[in-house]
Formats: sequence, structure tokens, C-alpha cells
Amino acid sequence: MLDRALKGSKTYWTLVIILLGFISAGSLAYLHQFKNGLGVTGMSRDVSWGFYISQFTFLVGVAASAVMLVIPYYLHNYKKFGRIVILGEFLAIASVTMCMTFIFVDMGQPMRILNVILHPTPNSILFWDAMVLNGYLGLNLVIGWATLHAEKKGTPPPAWSKPLIYLSIPWAVSIHTVTAFLYAGLPGRHFWLTAIMAARFLASAFAGGPALLIILALVLRKYTKFDPGREPIQSVAKIVAYAMVANVFFIILELFTAFYSNIPGHMHAFEFLYAHGNLVPLMWASSVLAVLSLILIIPPKFRENESTLILACISIFISLWIDKGFGLVIGGFVPTPFNTITEYWPTLPETIITLGVWALGFLVLTILYKVAISVREELGTAGPPK
Amino acid sequence: MYNGSKIIIGLIIFLAIATFPFYSNIGKSAGVPMPDTNTPVINGLDKKECVASAEYMKKEHMKVLDEWRDEVVREGKRDVINVGGRVFEKSLQNGCMQCHSNKSRFCDECHSYAGVKPYCWDCHHFKEGRI
Amino acid sequence: MRIDRRKFLQIAGLSGIGLGLSAADGLFKGKALASGAHSLPSSGTRLAFVIDVNKIEGEDGYRRIIEACHKIHNVPNIPNTKHEVKWIWTDSYEHSFPDQPNEFLPEKIKEKPFLLLCNHCDKPPCVRVCPTKATFKNPDGIVVQDPHRCIGCRFCMAACPYGSRSFNWVDPRNYLDMKNINPDFPTRTMGVVEKCTLCPERLARGLEPACAEASNGAIVFGNLADPESEVRKILNTHYTLRRKPEIGTQPSIFYVIGGGENAG
Repeated sequence: MLDRALKGSKTYWTLVIILLGFISAGSLAYLHQFKNGLGVTGMSRDVSWGFYISQFTFLVGVAASAVMLVIPYYLHNYKKFGRIVILGEFLAIASVTMCMTFIFVDMGQPMRILNVILHPTPNSILFWDAMVLNGYLGLNLVIGWATLHAEKKGTPPPAWSKPLIYLSIPWAVSIHTVTAFLYAGLPGRHFWLTAIMAARFLASAFAGGPALLIILALVLRKYTKFDPGREPIQSVAKIVAYAMVANVFFIILELFTAFYSNIPGHMHAFEFLYAHGNLVPLMWASSVLAVLSLILIIPPKFRENESTLILACISIFISLWIDKGFGLVIGGFVPTPFNTITEYWPTLPETIITLGVWALGFLVLTILYKVAISVREELGTAGPPK
Repeated sequence: MYNGSKIIIGLIIFLAIATFPFYSNIGKSAGVPMPDTNTPVINGLDKKECVASAEYMKKEHMKVLDEWRDEVVREGKRDVINVGGRVFEKSLQNGCMQCHSNKSRFCDECHSYAGVKPYCWDCHHFKEGRI
Repeated sequence: MRIDRRKFLQIAGLSGIGLGLSAADGLFKGKALASGAHSLPSSGTRLAFVIDVNKIEGEDGYRRIIEACHKIHNVPNIPNTKHEVKWIWTDSYEHSFPDQPNEFLPEKIKEKPFLLLCNHCDKPPCVRVCPTKATFKNPDGIVVQDPHRCIGCRFCMAACPYGSRSFNWVDPRNYLDMKNINPDFPTRTMGVVEKCTLCPERLARGLEPACAEASNGAIVFGNLADPESEVRKILNTHYTLRRKPEIGTQPSIFYVIGGGENAG
């Protein structure tokens, strides 16, 4: 099936070449970092994780969100998701690829990364995260490929894929729970030390991931023959609306506990993020976009109109990207263990590497989507459902 | 032939890449390595004896160092090795190099020939002819 | 080999079993919460420092201690504070004990520098999170960092509540006077984490850690598990502070604030 990625329109090849260009720039910047050390990034002794780990955290959520399509389709037999469930699974593959690459570029000694497997350490959450992420990648590769192959041959998916699909549901929840545990179990970091972290992660994942999926589906409809139809998009939009409400609610819970209790350690990070750090404009943009997106996605009048829906989805994606792909990790490091403030901002090489990894993920996504759509074009099932 | 010219071009590119190590090293042949034990400390010894035979050390020195490292750093076993009354610290920097004070002739000789770059020296430093 | 209670709990592994057992243990002894009880080690070794902040004489005293450590361990002097590597350093009371703020602190203490270093915690969070066992606790109570094993993920730095760990953001050799480094001790390489080692290479030769030796008696080094040790004697007679004790890491570095006047 993969050969279908080698034949495509001019638009397809232009996109591939642009992405390859970003990947090459990212690789060159990475060589620079490899040679000169992580000192070429904006990270520091106090803010020892930055852009890479926060992108990783955000993208684990996007990967996990495939489950929001898998559950209705496979558990509740919601047939209308038949056309887009593969988009979710392939998005998960691309996201996990990015997650792993982000972890890799963040390592001080990347050549020794196999030490994680050579010296397995079950008390380390990072060890478990590596395990569940690899497992999730494997599951989605096998499931996505097997179901698409069956679709191509006009047969039902092989019987062995059913248990794997069911397994992938709790597995998706596990990847984001384990990722939240990376943060939520550290005794000295008040901002992260909160039992609601995993729940908040899942809520934001189930809003941000499907919002991206709506955007992708609408882009595909515009530039390819693929059209999932109106109804599945509307159903995903309802999922996004509920999840985003839950996400905002969880953030308000955090704010209440921090500020009503008046415990300085609980308030400091919020004060830094929203009142006097270099991230203030970004964090307020995130909040404004979150409120705006709720206004655009809760009332049926707006949600059912695809041009406002896409605005809502873009707002949600950007809002959550700032909140989780930036603020969450940096906020955890500020204030420092000495109650001081150290600012962080990514450097140019760091930004180019980050863009390169995103481009790599989008290249994987482009190729996988190309294969899926080509298969359906051949079957005559790419167009709008009758 | 179907797409013949493309296949041939592909093959040429493949061969050019696959044989890169060979032609890039043409004319750079290094002589057979002759590691040297000619240092003041070793020359001053009555009996030239290391922690193991030369034959064994040639093949296994990396494993010996690996074991010493784990024993000293991770298990706290800093006991010394006694060879015929002379004691050796289980240490690259403070053991091996105390006698073999000629890194370039003793270590690098073979490492360069074999094209290996052990990262020991990234941390463990050594000044030629220190002793 | 004898297995003590703590070892047994570690082997029992599942925290559920562990918690259940220690809770039961606490009940029988009439204690309320086993997890909150910081029991004294009854046997073995737990190395510790007691730092009497009043016995360190002025800026020179601090500089001598810091230099003694940094010199013999080839700790680079990196001017960019973002990339700094430090094993032992000073900071104010406010920054050292942010969990115990006191706006009515005597001026003398407010301005007093406190020596900070790895706390060699009894329950170290850094060890809990390390994915490769590059950092681990040895039987003497030292939290060891094995730079050979470290992959540079910096999870330990996120986990350390004391900011005691440094990462080699840049090649440390560019910031060392390579002609005048200690020839008996390695440098570190780019991309690994490092911190205070508690001088095992000196302890093996029967010497005190370098900072204690250079402190003129201000830093007392000893074994907490030995009731007759000097550290225990000072702890018995002086009120001491530890950094962030409420998070249960059980630091092994104690600070005597009041000095001699509070003795007895």
C-alpha cells in the first residue's frame, strides 16, 4: 500500500518538499546542538526542561485523542466514524513519532539512550513512559495498517485486530496518565504536584486532538477527494466541546485551590505565568482563546456552521498548545527551589529543531493520509457518503 | 527494460555511497599499530608485570575497565589489586596511566588504527609524560 | 545476609504492601502515621553533615570551603549563571529555607550566607525518578551520581527539591584551566548531570570530605546511625534546621543556626 505515497499531485509533492526542507534545517540545527551541547538552547540550571519536553507532553495528548474516535466506532458501533477513525489512528502514529523524537533531541547523551532498556528501572516513570509510548505506536501501526488493508480488499478487519483495538483504548488513556505522572509525583514542584494533573491532561488532550482532527479533515476535504461527510465532523465537534469545558473547569479548580488557600507555593507559578513573567502575553492569549472557543463551540448555531466551527477548533488548538506546550512545563520550574525567578525563552537553534520535529511528524502524517485517501479513491469511497 | 535508466542511476548512487569508506581512505593507510610500553616507570621495573597478561589485556582491557568502573563508582569496592607486592588502583587515570604514561603511543596507537574513539577521555584526562 | 526492615519493604516492592505493613507497624507502637515518622536509623551507616553557620569566618571562610571542593573535583567556573555548575555554594536564609519564611528574622541571620549542597536525602526523589539507575543511594547513605550511566534526561533536576544538581550544558573543559586541574580526578563531559559526591575517594583514604576539612570545624561530618558520633552529639544539644523537611525527603544536611549560645 505504501507505494501510493510515491505517486501524487503537484500539491502533494510541494508539501512533501517543504516538509523535507524543514526537516533538513532541523537536522542541521540538531548537529549544531549535538556538537556544542544543550547550552545552545534557552534551558538553564533552573529551567532544565524547555520546548522539547513541553512539545512532547502536548503531543502525547494528541496521540491519545485517537481514542475519542475508536470508542464510538468500535465500542458503540457508531458507523458514521468509519471514514475518519483511520485519520485518528494515523494522527496517533505521527504524534508518537514526534514525541519520541522530542525526547531524543532533549537528551544530553543521546548515544546512551538505550541505557533505559539495558538498565530497566521500574520505579522511574520515564521508564514506563518509554514503554507505553512504544507500545502505543506499535498498536496503532498494526491496527491502522490491518484495517486499511482489509478495507482495500473489501473484507472485514482480521479477527485478531479486535482484541488489539480494545486494548488500544485503555492504552491511550495510559500514555497520557503516565505522562502526567512524570510531573505529578515530584515533591518539590507545587505547580505540578496536583492529583488533578492526569485528569486535566486527558481533558485537554480530548479537546485539542479532535480539534486538530477536525481541522485536518476540513483541509483534506478542500484539497483532496476525501470527504468524511458533515455528520461525523459534527459529532467530533460535540466531543471537543465537552472536553474543552472539562479542561477549562479543571483549570478553574486549580486556581481556586491555589488562591483561596492562599498558600504561596501554590500561587507562585500562576502569578509568574499570568502576572509578571515573560509568558504573560502568551498565557492571557491562551485564556482569551479558550473563552472565545467555548463561545464558538457550545451554542449549536455556531458549532453547526463549519466556518465558525473551524475558528473554534483553531482557537482551541492554539490555546491548548500555549497552555500545555509551553506554560505547563515552564511554570513548573518557576519559582525555582530557591523561590527565585529564572526566565526561559527558546533560542533560534532550539526553535528550528522543534519545527524540524513537527515537520517530521507532518511528513509521516502526510504520507499515511496520502495512502489512506489513495486507497479510498481507488475504491470509490473517498467522496461524500450517500 | 522497464524504467531501466532510473534503476541504473539508482544503482550507481547506491554503489557510490556504499563504497564511500573505501575510496575516502585511499592513500591514508596507517602502519600496523605497535603499542609501546617504553615509559620511565615501566623501564624502572625489575619485573614487568601488569594486572593480567599482555595477551589478555590486549583483548579484554575494555571489559576490565568497565568492571572496575562499576565496582568503584557503583559498588564502592575501592580495594587495590596486588601483583607481586605492587599495588594498582582500579582506575584508568590513577591506575593504568601511572605506568603507561604515554597515551599517544600506548592507547591511541591502536585506537586510531581501529577507528575507535573511546569516550573515556572526555572526562578522564591525562597529560603526556606526567610522571 | 541480614535483611533489615527498610530493605524488606523495598523488596516487597508494591507500595500497597509496603504501606500496609508500615501502617500496621505504627499501630502496634501506638504511632499515628508510619509514613510521617522519621525514624532514626538504628544500624548501619548514614553519613551526614552538621553545618554551624556561626563558625564560618566571614566571606573568606565560605570561599575557602567552596574552593576546596571545586578545586579538587575540577568543577568548572562558568560565568553564565544559566549554565553554571556548582557542588557547594551559598545563598541567603530566604532562598535556602523558602518554606520557613519569617519577616521578623534577626538581621544577622537574614544576611547570613548558608552553605548549600546535595542533601544526600534518606528518601531521595532524584533516585526515584532516574530511568537508568545512574543516580542511586549507596549503603553509606550517599546519593551517588554515576556520570558514565547518565543519559542527560534531567528528570533528576526536575525532581530535586533543593536545586542541588547541575547539568553540563556546555563542555566543562572550556571553563577549566586544564593546565592546573587536579590530575587525580576526572572532569565531566558535556550532557551529563553532576553534583556533590560526598568525596568517596577521600573517605576511602580515611580523609574527611574536602569541605569539612577546609571548614575549621564549622562543618562536622559523621554517621547519623551511630549514637556516639559527633554529629549525633551536636544534634542532641542544638536546635537544627533542615531544608524543606515537610516533603519527606529526610535530608542529611543539618544547620545549626543559633550557634553556641543555644547549646544545652
